[in-house]
Amino acid sequence: MEREPAAAEEPGSPGRRRRRRRRGDGRTRVVRSNLLPPPGVEDPAARATKGARRRRRGGAQHLADNRLKTTKYTLLSFLPKNLFEQFHRLANVYFVFIALLNFVPAVNAFQPGLALAPVLFILAVTAFKDLWEDYSRHRSDHEINHLGCLVFSREEKQYVNRFWKEIRVGDFVRLRCNEIIPADILLLSSSDPDGLCHIETANLDGETNLKRRQVVRGFSELVSEFNPVTFTSIIECEKPNNDLTRFRGCMIHDNGRKAGLYKENLLLRGCTIRNTEAVVGIVIYAGHETKALLNNSGPRYKRSQLERQMNCDVLWCVLLLICMSLFSAVGHGLWVRRYQEKKSLFDVPESDGSSLSPVTAAVYSFLTMIIVLQVLIPISLYVSIEIVKVCQVYFIHQDTELYDEETDSQLQCRALNITEDLGQIQYIFSDKTGTLTENKMVFRRCTVSGIEYSHDANAQRLARYQEADSEEEEAVPRGGSLPQRGSVGSHQSVRVMHRSQSTKSHRRTGSRAEAKRASMLSKHTAFSSPMEKDITPDPKLFEKVSECDRCLAVSRHQEHPLAHLSPELSDVFDFFIALTICNTVVVTSPDQPRQKVRVRFEVKSPVKTIEDFLRRFSPSRLTSGCSSIGNLATSKATHKSGSNFLSTLPNDSTLFKLEERLGQPAAAIASNGYSSGAASWAPEHTAQEQKLELEQEQERELRYEAESPDEAALVYAARAYNCALVDRLHDQVSVELPHLGRLTFELLHTLGFDSIRKRMSVVIRHPLTDEINVYTKGADSVVMDLLLPCSSDDARGRHQKKIRSKTQNYLNLYAVEGLRTLCIAKRVLSEEEYACWLQSHLEAESSLDNREELLFQSAIRLETNLHLLGATGIEDRLQDGVPETIAKLRQAGLQIWVLTGDKQETAINIAYACKLLDHDEEVITLNAESQEACASLLDQCLHYVQSRIPCSTPEKTAGNVSVGFSPLCPPSTSTTSGPSLSLVIDGRSLAYALEKNLEDKFLFLAKQCRSVLCCRSTPLQKSMVVKLVRSKLKAMTLAIGDGANDVSMIQVADVGVGISGQEGMQAVMASDFAVPRFRYLERLLIVHGHWCYSRLANMVLYFFYKNTMFVGLLFWFQFYCGFSASAMIDQWYLIFFNLLFSSLPQLVTGVLDKDVPAEVLLTEPQLYKSGQNMEEYRPRTFWLNMADAAFQSLVCFFIPYLAYYDSDTDVFTWGTPITAIALFTFLLHLGIETKTWTWLNWIACGFSILLFFTVALIYNASCATCYPPSNSYWTMQTLLGDPVFYLTCLIAPVAALLPRLFFKAVQGSLFPTQLQQGRQLAKRPPKKLIAPKENFAQGHPPEEPRTESSEQKSISTSGPLSQDCTSQASWHIQQPACSPEASGEPSMVDMNVPLREDILLEGLSSQAPGSSMPREPILEGCPGDSKMKSTHTSRAAPLSSIFNLPNFSSLNWISSLSLVSGLGSVLQFSRSSLQMDKQDSEFLPSPPQPDQDLCGLSRQTTDYF
Amino acid sequence: MAMNYNAKDEVDGGPQCPPGGTAKNRRPDNTAFKQQRLPAWQPILTAGTVLPTFFIIGLIFIPIGIGIFVTSNNIREIEGNVFMYYGLSNFYQNHRRYVKSRDDSQLNGDSSALLNPSKECEPYRRNEDKPIAPCGAIANSMFNDTLELFLVGNESYPTPITLKKKGIAWWTDKNVKFRNPSGGESLKERFKGTTKPVNWVKPVYMLDSEPDNNGFINEDFIVWMRTAALPTFRKLYRLIERKSDLHPTLPAGRYYLNITYNYPVHSFDGRKRMILSTISWMGGKNPFLGIAYIAIGSISFLLGVVLLVINHKYRNSSNTADITI
Repeated sequence: MEREPAAAEEPGSPGRRRRRRRRGDGRTRVVRSNLLPPPGVEDPAARATKGARRRRRGGAQHLADNRLKTTKYTLLSFLPKNLFEQFHRLANVYFVFIALLNFVPAVNAFQPGLALAPVLFILAVTAFKDLWEDYSRHRSDHEINHLGCLVFSREEKQYVNRFWKEIRVGDFVRLRCNEIIPADILLLSSSDPDGLCHIETANLDGETNLKRRQVVRGFSELVSEFNPVTFTSIIECEKPNNDLTRFRGCMIHDNGRKAGLYKENLLLRGCTIRNTEAVVGIVIYAGHETKALLNNSGPRYKRSQLERQMNCDVLWCVLLLICMSLFSAVGHGLWVRRYQEKKSLFDVPESDGSSLSPVTAAVYSFLTMIIVLQVLIPISLYVSIEIVKVCQVYFIHQDTELYDEETDSQLQCRALNITEDLGQIQYIFSDKTGTLTENKMVFRRCTVSGIEYSHDANAQRLARYQEADSEEEEAVPRGGSLPQRGSVGSHQSVRVMHRSQSTKSHRRTGSRAEAKRASMLSKHTAFSSPMEKDITPDPKLFEKVSECDRCLAVSRHQEHPLAHLSPELSDVFDFFIALTICNTVVVTSPDQPRQKVRVRFEVKSPVKTIEDFLRRFSPSRLTSGCSSIGNLATSKATHKSGSNFLSTLPNDSTLFKLEERLGQPAAAIASNGYSSGAASWAPEHTAQEQKLELEQEQERELRYEAESPDEAALVYAARAYNCALVDRLHDQVSVELPHLGRLTFELLHTLGFDSIRKRMSVVIRHPLTDEINVYTKGADSVVMDLLLPCSSDDARGRHQKKIRSKTQNYLNLYAVEGLRTLCIAKRVLSEEEYACWLQSHLEAESSLDNREELLFQSAIRLETNLHLLGATGIEDRLQDGVPETIAKLRQAGLQIWVLTGDKQETAINIAYACKLLDHDEEVITLNAESQEACASLLDQCLHYVQSRIPCSTPEKTAGNVSVGFSPLCPPSTSTTSGPSLSLVIDGRSLAYALEKNLEDKFLFLAKQCRSVLCCRSTPLQKSMVVKLVRSKLKAMTLAIGDGANDVSMIQVADVGVGISGQEGMQAVMASDFAVPRFRYLERLLIVHGHWCYSRLANMVLYFFYKNTMFVGLLFWFQFYCGFSASAMIDQWYLIFFNLLFSSLPQLVTGVLDKDVPAEVLLTEPQLYKSGQNMEEYRPRTFWLNMADAAFQSLVCFFIPYLAYYDSDTDVFTWGTPITAIALFTFLLHLGIETKTWTWLNWIACGFSILLFFTVALIYNASCATCYPPSNSYWTMQTLLGDPVFYLTCLIAPVAALLPRLFFKAVQGSLFPTQLQQGRQLAKRPPKKLIAPKENFAQGHPPEEPRTESSEQKSISTSGPLSQDCTSQASWHIQQPACSPEASGEPSMVDMNVPLREDILLEGLSSQAPGSSMPREPILEGCPGDSKMKSTHTSRAAPLSSIFNLPNFSSLNWISSLSLVSGLGSVLQFSRSSLQMDKQDSEFLPSPPQPDQDLCGLSRQTTDYF
Repeated sequence: MAMNYNAKDEVDGGPQCPPGGTAKNRRPDNTAFKQQRLPAWQPILTAGTVLPTFFIIGLIFIPIGIGIFVTSNNIREIEGNVFMYYGLSNFYQNHRRYVKSRDDSQLNGDSSALLNPSKECEPYRRNEDKPIAPCGAIANSMFNDTLELFLVGNESYPTPITLKKKGIAWWTDKNVKFRNPSGGESLKERFKGTTKPVNWVKPVYMLDSEPDNNGFINEDFIVWMRTAALPTFRKLYRLIERKSDLHPTLPAGRYYLNITYNYPVHSFDGRKRMILSTISWMGGKNPFLGIAYIAIGSISFLLGVVLLVINHKYRNSSNTADITI
């Protein structure tokens, strides 16, 4: 294959161009070996396809080589191309247009060349920036392109070292361990005997686990080493695409045989070869056609809200400009008409002597005015904003508080231009797993065969991790596993203790030191902190497992070994076998080639070998060290003194020695840990063997590398029960048991996990029974449905049924505890069944198209009629600081919605744990089975919510009726926030609620709720919810997530935040900001977001002010120059004023100004609301600003005007002081606006003044005749000798700014905004920080008359003021009625949520008649209430409608029905309410409407049920 | 698409993966600048903090204003050198096309520009195929009335007051900016090939008898060419120098102004004036600045008092914690 020239010569976007071209030719790519002789000397075998190949060769021109070229420009193309790109920005076109207009003599205002200067300057700055970026890209490209690798050379008949860029499609590449793959390569040969190769894809998707790749079928069987010369097959595959998870193709051998190619055969560029000594492959895609590069879409460009608003104001400015110009034009027309006929001396006729008609003059004047006043559209605004944003991003990057020590990573800003959006977020949509939680799975408890094993010691151990934060690093992993024994007797107490801890304990994720170590390891072995690995077994279960083991060891050579076990024990055994082998965990250990290879290639390996070596090797040693110790400690826990002693040993080499010395006794105790005595040992196991085995085990220190953390957790759990996965090969899995020894299962198939099936299965041949078994592991909802239907006739069936229901109960319990549940099931296949299935499966596997679909079908056929073994509960721990962060974000006025794919119970419990849901608040649960049910439920909820507005009391009791008794005594906080609503909705209901006709209602309901929890939602639903909120509520949204399922939501939201966690990089790639942990969101939003917003808002406002004020000066002058578009300010000053003289201070302020210090922002998150409400930059402030600018320009114009009235001053001698005055005014104005003055601000201001006078002096001295028409020779010099100049320069700025300063001072004293109060807080000694908090929350004392103040609004929204009094009143009325019950059972339901349904039913039956009892006094109270309310609320829903409607009874009825029947809908009102947000009610145009709707609807629903 | 692919990531293991253990630490530097902790002065604008500013402004401005006002009013006394101005009103010398209509190169004596003036001078560039020197509308509309001042003493015949023609233009204008063309013996020869502006009676080389005040460097001309900022303006016409310290420059008495009327202002409703004035250290008589200073100073002082009241009242009426300075 020829080297095609296309790639090298073509700069720019080769990828795009090629793709376009490719569309023309076929849908497949054909790759042949480059080693085949050129066409002339073809071997006869290939001659048959000669014609075809010719064609191919013609079409093969487009194949990219491996040269990486990410630069946009070449030396030649830079200028035209860059200019072309810059002119995509409308503003640039506008400014160039204005500059070109200057070349028309009739209308020109400046020297044409000079007018071009600012535009050229801006263009040049941008071009330079682009050039620099391109150059750095070029340099990194160069570096990559010159990496080396081994390529087979036709001439030398061996592998020679080549640069990456020289690799071409069809080349054979040999890669060694730890080398980075240079292109997408089809794996043809591997040093691994099974033809496997492991790759690490961290560079590609961030997943740190190893992935297995397989040699193309047919090549793995080769006995001798693969010889590229003999490779004559042709490869047909897909065109290059960016789908990382898909690759299809086939290889056509010479004999016409075809072999399918799948993604398992492809090594992707950017990945690293691991665990495999050497591989050989043929390059399929190279360079820009590799999947890695096609996947990289680079940073995104979003437009921030502030910028949108700014653009709108720019349009206002354009309008203003046009108005001014039109006014001027008309004025000039009239002026010309007046003076022309009078033959005035100063009237200049046309060049041909004819006089200018007024209309023409007006048109000319209009155009000239546009040129003169062009400053109104700030040319430097866009550039300045870009500069400021870059600096802001820099500072965010530099913040050490956002630096995560554990992962050694800091926050990344991937989108440079939406920093200020961070300060305006109103809604946060968060993923749960991996975002709120660690996504570090810890095995917590399990149930086998209907019996629950609570693993209390394990829970204790975990609790210890949380407490051990301050303890010494070394003691942590071992200390946890030791005292397990004592806990057996104290089951209950431990349990209670744990339960009471459960919410609190989530906060800490283990000691910092441990986490740090884990992070160091995570690069190498994923998911293996000691916390996850060292499971403490449950003694009862352990005993059972040992018993199985022993029994089987005894009976292993009999006919049916498993038959000797009781069904329960058999289940236990199968359960653990399934845990061990039903996964894709890769076992690695130090004796595998990894280390040998590394040493061998250390010198030659091309990629920074030493560093790589250090990076990968030292942590791995550490892992082996600590985990082996951990192992020992677990298995030999009885030997307390021994393990204590061990724990102090520094490293594992001594450990080995010690182990040898301890020898037999230790081994004996260890393997016999929980059995009754040594007597029952299997006779064939001698002590000698035991010792040997142990040593082997020690040597083979095992590390599990799993694709998902769940899997690793389960395997580690099984290992804790001495059922250790020791080896996994392509076709077999080995499990090591203490008595049985090593069991090798023949692995027939692995049906991998996918999110649709939600399960995975392995098909194995059992070594003991020789049966074919299917082990399935999956989500309980799925697996429970796939179980073998059991008849209730026989005893076994009944027993099974019982087990199932028990298991289901435990599953619910786990979910309530917030554990992730998995069901384990088994199926025994007969040979015939298997053969039958195998045939269809093989067909599916080898089919070229529709393969996925067929495989899916095949899997479904296999995974039926399962036998339930048990279930596991895995804890996903909360991340550090999540509850605190959520609380802070809440205080900051952010609505937090959690969108998770997890199940409802788990999600709710995590939500409680992270304080998203509060026990004081009411939870509305929306589970609907149909569209209609959903609609009616929504209506009821809406009505309920509505009715809370006028009078919250009756609903409170209703809420009590349905669920239980919430603590009715209002907490002290209720005066400010009050118990509020939360909404929980599941995926199916969400789908209904998102329908067009319901979305408004859903949204309205959701808006009333403090938090919303969407469970079981798909990625698409997540993005739909975000989209809905964004478009309907016009709110600023932020989505945060860590996994691929969050990508769509991240992309839809205004701001997407990715968590660079364990689940790969897709979320990060799609995000605008990437944070290492959820808790950094707090600082990112509350501090940096606020700063960025306030800085940018103030800067933009200042820009508008500055330009308007400057243009105002020119405009007022028009009244005194006959509207002739003359300017008293020298054209140089006019053009450079914005760009040079006055730009630096505002940039410094825009970058550095801190309106409120970070500490105050963090302690008073309410301050964030100023950004949400757009307080700093809203239309009103814009126009106030413009008015102030107009006033200031009036002052700055007329003071010099009057001072120089009727004097002999000339135009420019008069204009220069005005320029100076303007400069001083700008700086003083900025001074008033600047909140923090650092030395940089002072220097910038000084520099500005100095620059102006220096430039003026030099310019005025440089040339006597050069700059017509102004020609201000020696003007500044003269002025400097004129006292009037100084006097005007002193008085004008002061006079202009006095009002602003005065109003600022008055406002700051009388109606300080929250921000100002915050700043005052910062100045106070820290002791007093707490005292004014109340003042903060409540705004101002109510007796202050402040209806007219503008700031009041912002304050009253922060804390509900007026409603408080009334709601307070209603509290008092209601309290006596319900408090006895409330005090009786404060929050029983929360503690026992599984019983909730029962209680519900009980409550319904028992309370239905009595429910009117507590309501009566309230009924009396309510009218009074409503009178109070009606004075100031027009939206109060008519009370009568509430009482007329039997809504509560009907509601109860509905829910009770649905609960009994098990279908339909459940509506739970669990908590009582107080009041709702005031502004929310504005959402529905006519509040009574829903009530009326409900009238009808409730009737409908009644019918429905 | 692949444009922004960061090749570095590929080798370094992406931005997410820390390269190396503790050797390469991504922790940002803990410097005051990078952590945005630069020492800063943080003024808070409240009545209390701002009121000193207002009082200071008031205290400074009012004396300055009084000083200026007094100085300005003292100008009335005709002592020292007296400046004689002519004033024009409703004359738009700052009109855009008017201001442009000149050729500075020509006025600077450039010989090529002399014979080929700039296009900006149109339509006063050429007349009868000869270049106009000085070209342009400004020069063309030059003020050409003659003013003479006589003191009518006790005797019947008036004594003419000596009016100094020179020293009324900027030194730099006369010596740097404006120059007669070089070459030729007499001024007339130097301006050979040019013609006078349309409205002029005499050519430019006959403006004055003295050679260093003739041609382009005639000071009346230079003064005229410095276009006025506003439609109502005055221009320096002559100087009346003080003869001795004992006598006032212009003693009290009857004066007689002789005007040679050439310049038409009626057509555009313009007015002509003659002003005699001395100047102080701050220029001619203009009471505005003094009044302005006094006014702004007083306002500032008043506002300061208002702020004081606000500060006082607010401090008493609400909790004091909120306004600490």
